[in-house]
Formats: sequence, structure tokens, C-alpha cells
Amino acid sequence: MSEQAGPTQSRLLRGVHRTVTGLHPALESMLAALIGLLVGAALMYMWGFNPWKAYWALLRGAYGGSYEWASTLARATPLILTALTFSVCVRAGMFNIGAEGQMFMGAMAAICVALFKMPPGIHLIVGLLFALIAGAAWSIVPAVLKITRGVSEVISTIMFNWIARWLALYIAIFILVDPSRAEKTLTIPVSARFPILVRGTDFSYSFFLAIFAALVLYFVLWHTTMGYEVRAAGLNPTAARYGGIRNKRTMIVSFLLGGITAGLAGATVVMGMPPSYAAFGGGAFPELTNIGFDGMAVAMVGRNHPIGIIVASVLFGGLNAGGRVMQFYGSNPVPLEMVRIVMGAIVLAMSIPELIRLVPAIKSQGERLIATLRRHGRPASKEGSA
Amino acid sequence: MNWIDLVSLLRIALHAMVPITLTAVGEIVGETAGLFNIGLEGILLISAFAGALGAEAGGPVVGLLVGMGVGAAIGLVFAVINTYWKGTQMITGIGINLFAMGLVAFGLIQLGAPGFHAVPRAAQVIKWKTAMGAMSPIILIALAMPFLIHWFIKRTRAGLILKAAGEMPEAADVAGINVNKVRLLAATFGAALAGLGGAYMSVAWIGSVTKDLSAGRGFIALATVVFSGLNPLLALLGGFIFGFFQGLAEWVKTLPSKPIPSQFVSMLPYIVTLLVVSGAIGRVRFPKALGEPYKRE
Repeated sequence: MSEQAGPTQSRLLRGVHRTVTGLHPALESMLAALIGLLVGAALMYMWGFNPWKAYWALLRGAYGGSYEWASTLARATPLILTALTFSVCVRAGMFNIGAEGQMFMGAMAAICVALFKMPPGIHLIVGLLFALIAGAAWSIVPAVLKITRGVSEVISTIMFNWIARWLALYIAIFILVDPSRAEKTLTIPVSARFPILVRGTDFSYSFFLAIFAALVLYFVLWHTTMGYEVRAAGLNPTAARYGGIRNKRTMIVSFLLGGITAGLAGATVVMGMPPSYAAFGGGAFPELTNIGFDGMAVAMVGRNHPIGIIVASVLFGGLNAGGRVMQFYGSNPVPLEMVRIVMGAIVLAMSIPELIRLVPAIKSQGERLIATLRRHGRPASKEGSA
Repeated sequence: MNWIDLVSLLRIALHAMVPITLTAVGEIVGETAGLFNIGLEGILLISAFAGALGAEAGGPVVGLLVGMGVGAAIGLVFAVINTYWKGTQMITGIGINLFAMGLVAFGLIQLGAPGFHAVPRAAQVIKWKTAMGAMSPIILIALAMPFLIHWFIKRTRAGLILKAAGEMPEAADVAGINVNKVRLLAATFGAALAGLGGAYMSVAWIGSVTKDLSAGRGFIALATVVFSGLNPLLALLGGFIFGFFQGLAEWVKTLPSKPIPSQFVSMLPYIVTLLVVSGAIGRVRFPKALGEPYKRE
């Protein structure tokens, strides 16, 4: 009997294991999110805050009702788009950290629609076209530098982020400035705004643009020859080249696709976020800053898959929306910046492959350590073991 | 531009060189062993903040040591993830940068004034009065460190082991070298140097902490490493070039005539970095196993 119970039990365990490993990526993302939240809690505790109260406020502020959900999804919208930027290039085997700069350029280009009049709808589409062209143009230079001069895209895109930030500040202060209020740019006219989806919130139809972009990229990456080539080049560039794939072309394509989505991300903020519908150069763009960087975290938690990104953006949009509630909650409110600490910790946890396997590994390491300590505790056996 | 201007420009350039050179030299040690840390930007930022706190608690030397210690601690986390746990180095680096942005902004709010914290003059490293004006003694460390590291990598057995871990970890492993341990030590040491550079910014140079104090210097240091082709002496030169253009940008901003809008002047260091890196690449060869976690067959 006992002989039979052994294999059955192990088969059962293997079945459980297989189910768990089938869900592996999603589980790992969840575990990473949990680790990030725990790191945030530990830091809040160290600084004398009550982490549970803060997280409760954050949770209610993010998912507590329809208004909160609208706010969460509104903040998720640009994050989906910048996450797509990062993930397309990761699929092609590159790290495009330039979403931030491309997004700034897209936002500035979109504000240009305030300079002329057009019928509603068309005006909006023209603005989006401006934004995606600007984003793509800003992303093409690092791609060309990589192909022709071999410059690492990590360095060039970061330099372009800084150049974009200063250029956007110049444009916002000297070219597109609101004549009556020098700290902000011109306001996007009503005819070029995304209509509000839920009255009284900042949730607009721009959300559907982001979803649409994610679905289009999913289709392009998994159901077209071009997408196949991009993914093949990312998995193994040498093999792809032997297979007849032109790696230079896939680099350009992935950077262009990334630039387009990043440019659109900037447009969704200035064209879809009430009440200002403008960028604030005077405060160094509080509404735009960090959307590109947060998008990278979303892409990693979403496993660089368009559908995963949509799910992950709800988590990060919720962190941003809930963080705004958290910073005014209770007698000792936690500043919004805690949210970015949590995001950083999540990304750190995501960088460890096989995160779940780490739990038994750490356990066995700990046991080994205790055993070693015990052995060293007894001087007589120490000689023997050495 | 008269003589006084030139001297002051040189002085600013030497001061601006220090964090870039220290960070770049540290990163050269790490990259020689095979670890590519793009979290330097975050390490600079956190150690600048921690260094300022340390200096206010126990004086300037304590501040610099705290900065180094914090840098080394972050480097250790990075190294453990990317050696023993076989992590993805790029993503760890991005995580460190995000974490640092949040932590320093959060910490500045906790200190009372959001976005800005001035280090009292008593807690700053005293600047020496020289013929060129007030100079920080840390500049000497930044000038000496590349030579020291150059000697270490080129002339010592430990330097050879370091190169082996980055160039051919399998062979190093067969020769009885613990590749992961070597990489761990190298990355931790490199991050400690970046930590010194960060603490220098807040405690010995600028005298304040802002949430974008590092301003891309970590990435400019990475560009310097690319420019130098892992030669610490060239990193010193590269650090001086980038420092010079940062100094030039600061200097142009102080001109009364304002020939160029300040936003364009602020772009200058980044544009120069791009140009220098695009010009330098091609002749540079990096360790074969750079960026790859070492897995035993």
C-alpha cells in the first residue's frame, strides 16, 4: 500500500506543480507586486507611518467604486502606451528607455493643434497624427545611431530623454505658451479633445485608443511576417540573420512602433485629461513626467505582452490613482512618492528570473547556513569537516 | 572670454568631472568582471541623499563614508541578483533607478521641504584655497583613482582574475576561480565608487539635494565607459570632457547677454555625450561575457 501511495502522491504533486508552472509568469508578476508592496510597507513603517492604513486608503482610492475605477483607468491609459514602447523593443532584443522623451515630443506636437481651427473629430485625429509622427521621429535617431555607429540604445535614448525634456520646456515656454498664463501651454480646443466617458471623472475615450494600440501591436507581433521577424531577431539575432531576417530593418521597425505609441501616450495626456488640457512648462511638466519610466515597470509586470500590459496597467494606474487619495488620508498621510518606491521594488523583483523557485532556494540555503553554523559551533567536528 | 573666465571654467569642469570619473571608473571594474549596471544613476542619487544626511549627523567625512556604504549596499543587492540569482542586469538597473527616484523624492518631503534640501556649510567638505580658487580635495581622489585602478587591472593577479571572470567565465571557473564571488566584489566596489561620487555632489560640491540632482550623470558615466573602452585613464579624460561641457553650460548661463536660451545650453552635455559616443564606437571591444549571467553547464 505504502509503495503505491508514494507514486500517486508524487504524481499529484507533479500535477499541482504543472498547473502552477503553467501560470508561472502571471504568478511571478503577482509575487513581484507583493514583494514591492511589502518593501513599501517596511519603508513606511521605518519612517513612522502606518502602512496598513495607507494601503487601505490606496486600495479604496484605486478600486473602491466607479469614480475610483474611472480614475484608475484614466491613469492606466498613457501607461499602456509607453509600456508598449518598451515591450516592442524588448521583443526585438533591445532596451528602449526613450519612451519618456518620445512622449514629451508627442505631447508638444499634439498641443500644436491649438494653433489652428478644424471640425471636431478631424481635429482630434490630426493631433494624434502629429503626436505619433513626433514620437516616431524622436525614436528614429537612436535606432539609426545603433545601426550605423553601434551606439548602445540605452545610452542614446537616455540622452534623447534629457534633450527632449529641455526642448519641450523651451517649446512650452517660448513657442506654445498661453499668452494669458505664462506657466502653461495653449489649451487644446474642445474640437480636438477626447470626449469624457464617465461624467465628472477624467476618464475619457483615450482609454480605447490605448486598448486599440495594444490589440494592433498584438496582431502585428504575433500574426504578421514583420512581427515574426521582430520576435525572431529578439530571441536569437544570429539565427535570425541566417534565416534571412534583416536585423537592421527589425530594429528600425520596433523603434518606430515604439515611438508611435509613446507619442500617442503624450497626446492622450494633453488631449484626454481634464481639467487643464495643456502641459505646464512652469512646473516642469508634473502631469507628463515619469509616464515613460512607469511604463517600463508596467511592461515588465505585464511580461512584455500586450494583453498582460493591459492587466498590469490597471495595477499601476491604481497605484497612481490610489496614491493621490493616500497622500491626503488620515492625520499622517503618506506622500505620493511612496508609489514610485513600490514600483521600483516591483521592477527589482521582476528582474529575478524564476522568482518563485527562489523561495525554496532561499529556504535550503538558510538550512545549509544553520547547519554550517551548528557544525562550527562544535570545535571538535570543525576540524573533521574541514 | 578673458583669463579669469577660463580659470573659473576650468575649475567648474574639474568639479563636474569628479562624479562622472569616479562612477565611470567604478563601472569599468564592474564591466571588466562582466556586470553591466545601468542603475548607476539611481546609486548616485540615493548616495547623494544619504551622504547629506550622514554629513549633517557626523560631519563631512562621515557623509562621504555613508554615501560609499549606501552605494556599496545597493551594488551588493544588484550583484546578488545578477550573479547567484541569474537576474537580467538591465532590468535590475532600471529597477534601481525607479526606486531611487521615488526614495529620494519621498525622503526630501520627509525632511520638510519638498524637492530641495540644503546641506549646511558646516557639514560640507572644506574647499582648499588654491591659485585657481576654492577647490574640493575630492578632485585629487578622482584624479588618482583611475591610475590606481589601471594599475590594479593591468598589473596585479587580482586584476587578471577580474578580466577572466568577464572575458571567459568558464575558463576562470575551471581554473578554480569563484566567478560569482569575483563579480559580486567587483560590482560592489564599483557601486561604492559611484556612491562616493554621489555623496561628493551633495556634501562637497553642490551643497544641496534635489530630486533630479544626478541629472543623467550616471548615464553620462556609462557613455564615458563606452568612450574609454574599459581603460580607466581614458575614463579620466572622458570625465573631464563631459565635465568641461557641463561647466561650459553653467558658464554660458551666467553670461549677462544670454546669447542662447538656457534650455538649449542645458542640452549641451547630453548632445556632446551622444556625439562623443557615436564617434568613439567601432574600435571598442567589450568583455565577451558582459551582461550574461554565468551558469555552470
